[in-house]
Amino acid sequence: MDIPFNVKERPDTGLYNGKLGIWLFLASEVMLFGGLFSAYIFLRTGVDNWPAGTEYLDVRLATLNTLFLISSSVTMVMSWASLKLNDFKKFKFYSGTTLLFAFGFLVIKYFEYSAKFSHVPPYLPSTNNFLGIYFTMTGLHVLHVIGGIVVIGYYFGPGSKMWKADPERFTNRIEIVGLYWHFVDLVWIFLFPVLYLL
Amino acid sequence: MSEGNHKQSFWTKYIWSTDHKIIGIQYGITSLAWLLFGFVLISIMRYQLAYPGTPIPLIGSLLGPDGALPPETYNSMGAMHGTIMIFLGVVPLAFGAFGNYLVPLQIGAIDMAFPKLNAASYWIYFLGSVIMVVGFFVPGGAANSGWTSYPPLSNIATTGQTVWLWGMVMLITSSLLGSVNILVTVIQLRTDGMTWMKLPIFVWTQFITAFLLLLAFPPLEAAGILQLMDRLVGTSFFMPSGLVVSGGGPYAGGGSPLLWQHLFWFLAHPEVYVLILPAFGIVTEVIANNTRKPIKGYKSLVYAMIFLGFMSFIVWAHHMYLTGMGTTIGAFFQTTTMIISIPSVVILTALLLSLWGGSIRFNTPMLFALGFLPMFGIGGLTGLPLGLAAADIHLHDTYYVIGHFHYVVAPGTIFALFAGIYYWFPKLTGKRTNEMLGKLHFYSSFIFMNGVFMPMFIQGLAGLSRRMNDGGETYAHAAGVIHLNEFMTISAWLLGVAQLFFIVNMIISLRSKKTGESNPWNATTIDWTDTTSPPLGHGNFETVPTVYRGPYEYSVPNEKNDFSPQSQKG
Repeated sequence: MDIPFNVKERPDTGLYNGKLGIWLFLASEVMLFGGLFSAYIFLRTGVDNWPAGTEYLDVRLATLNTLFLISSSVTMVMSWASLKLNDFKKFKFYSGTTLLFAFGFLVIKYFEYSAKFSHVPPYLPSTNNFLGIYFTMTGLHVLHVIGGIVVIGYYFGPGSKMWKADPERFTNRIEIVGLYWHFVDLVWIFLFPVLYLL
Repeated sequence: MSEGNHKQSFWTKYIWSTDHKIIGIQYGITSLAWLLFGFVLISIMRYQLAYPGTPIPLIGSLLGPDGALPPETYNSMGAMHGTIMIFLGVVPLAFGAFGNYLVPLQIGAIDMAFPKLNAASYWIYFLGSVIMVVGFFVPGGAANSGWTSYPPLSNIATTGQTVWLWGMVMLITSSLLGSVNILVTVIQLRTDGMTWMKLPIFVWTQFITAFLLLLAFPPLEAAGILQLMDRLVGTSFFMPSGLVVSGGGPYAGGGSPLLWQHLFWFLAHPEVYVLILPAFGIVTEVIANNTRKPIKGYKSLVYAMIFLGFMSFIVWAHHMYLTGMGTTIGAFFQTTTMIISIPSVVILTALLLSLWGGSIRFNTPMLFALGFLPMFGIGGLTGLPLGLAAADIHLHDTYYVIGHFHYVVAPGTIFALFAGIYYWFPKLTGKRTNEMLGKLHFYSSFIFMNGVFMPMFIQGLAGLSRRMNDGGETYAHAAGVIHLNEFMTISAWLLGVAQLFFIVNMIISLRSKKTGESNPWNATTIDWTDTTSPPLGHGNFETVPTVYRGPYEYSVPNEKNDFSPQSQKG
């Protein structure tokens, strides 16, 4: 007994279940980050002095990180496209590259965070609300990146066995992971200007 | 998924099940237990309100040194009563239990779209609910800043508040998984012929509820994260500059308590419709079935409910007129609040008109559904003065507000849920409930519900504030109405006693013999007509039905029976 439209698309909606599921999940994620962005606006407009991002943050590192994430989004699409073209080797290559970019993002984020903590006097979430919202939003984003790495890593490694058994299903899974990964990328595209540049 | 027919152990069949019916029953039993627990909390609190400062019989020694309820514990119990009733009781029962069990059956699906996620959603809910009550055992007791958890009070509250926040994060995750599941199931797994305008109203209400949960809960999660940061890391998102608290701080300041209120009510107003929409759905099914005629204005109902769903996202600040957020914003939210009352009236009118000319069967589910209509009506109409800033200045934070929302949720939604339990009990078990006990349950509950909540309007109009552990006995303006507390308390206890009819009825009925009828109510929807009662195991249908008709084709002229199943050609 299999659930209908688990792998194949339902004709009248044009979607398989997982794809619709991930879109709805992302809608909810939009509301989550939307809530935090609204909080940012609320806090910023509520005070007279709001520091410029450059006072505390390193724009160069963040630019590099932006490039990393955008590139990882591209390689993510390529890995899915490779599966569509039946090229499992290329999938492995692109999927692995995605992972490398994602790890690169985390490494840079680690240096950014530790620079804040080791600064004299230390820049902590409790120092002021700018740093508070910076750590909260980027921290939540980093959790999303880690979540992405776990899932991409799973399908790069042990999960890729599914390719032999059920290639269509595996391709769908990669498409779903990709949609999530693009969202994580997109959140950063908003976080970068809002926190570092404005 | 394809476990076939091989033998399953008790654990895989009933505990770690991925069958939507079992998960629905798990939700149902758990949430009913929490409802009872929440009721016990309020029964203890009501003793303190009726007889302030006197030792509580039997359990008093557990609560305080002199046997009376200490104010701190009163606060904890109040906050937890609200939290438990809403997040652990009514929503999981209305959405988790009814939605899980019935939506796949009513749309002709063999299960939910994601059975494993479904089980995960239940277990995360279970874990979250346990975390919530663990709060009672941490130093300082459970969360004590009200179910709304307004800062700065909640920021400086005892550890129980942190536990509350972790519990909320779990419950939000659970409801996220549950709502995605219901949405995908309704969109993707409708059987052949089950077009949108042939869906039973119950499915529509679950569908819209799922959207509200999906989109309204995340901002509360954001708020919860911010409050956790405030409490654990020392940020000041909700702490204004210059705030001095004895024994706390220093706070960097620069934040705003209003931020929490906005994020909280952005969830908590749609939450009201999460509570009421499934109730509309259940009542509609029961009324159509027991008047033996089609629902009046099916399409009006559907569009009114969709509109209600949309509007519920832009009325939240009517809870905040007295916060100093500004009259311009107030004017906007007064307008939207008046507008959102229109679809509610459309729905209630459609249900009332559906009674017109029907040959009504007054069985237990129908009595509860009929009781719902005026009770929800009172709840809704008493909300209008609260939606207007000028009247709200007087009524805000009084017992009037408590009376208002309890009329919506307690004799409103909970009556509808009882109607649903009595109506679908034969579906779940293949057995009938006892009509005599059911009617006793209804009439006694109806009387005592009003006994509890009607005097609240009188007290509130007299200006009696809520959340006072002595019931307001030190306030001069309360002197004229405070004697009502005793009457309300006794009504509340009798209301508790009245629920014994329900519990005994359930036990007796569960022990009775199966009737062998699969469609005892002669209903039209495919959950009754195309499956046995109780339904087959995993898979629901012998053959998945095709749908040809609308959901409420009762008493169609020139047909043999007075009900024409959705799956019947013609």
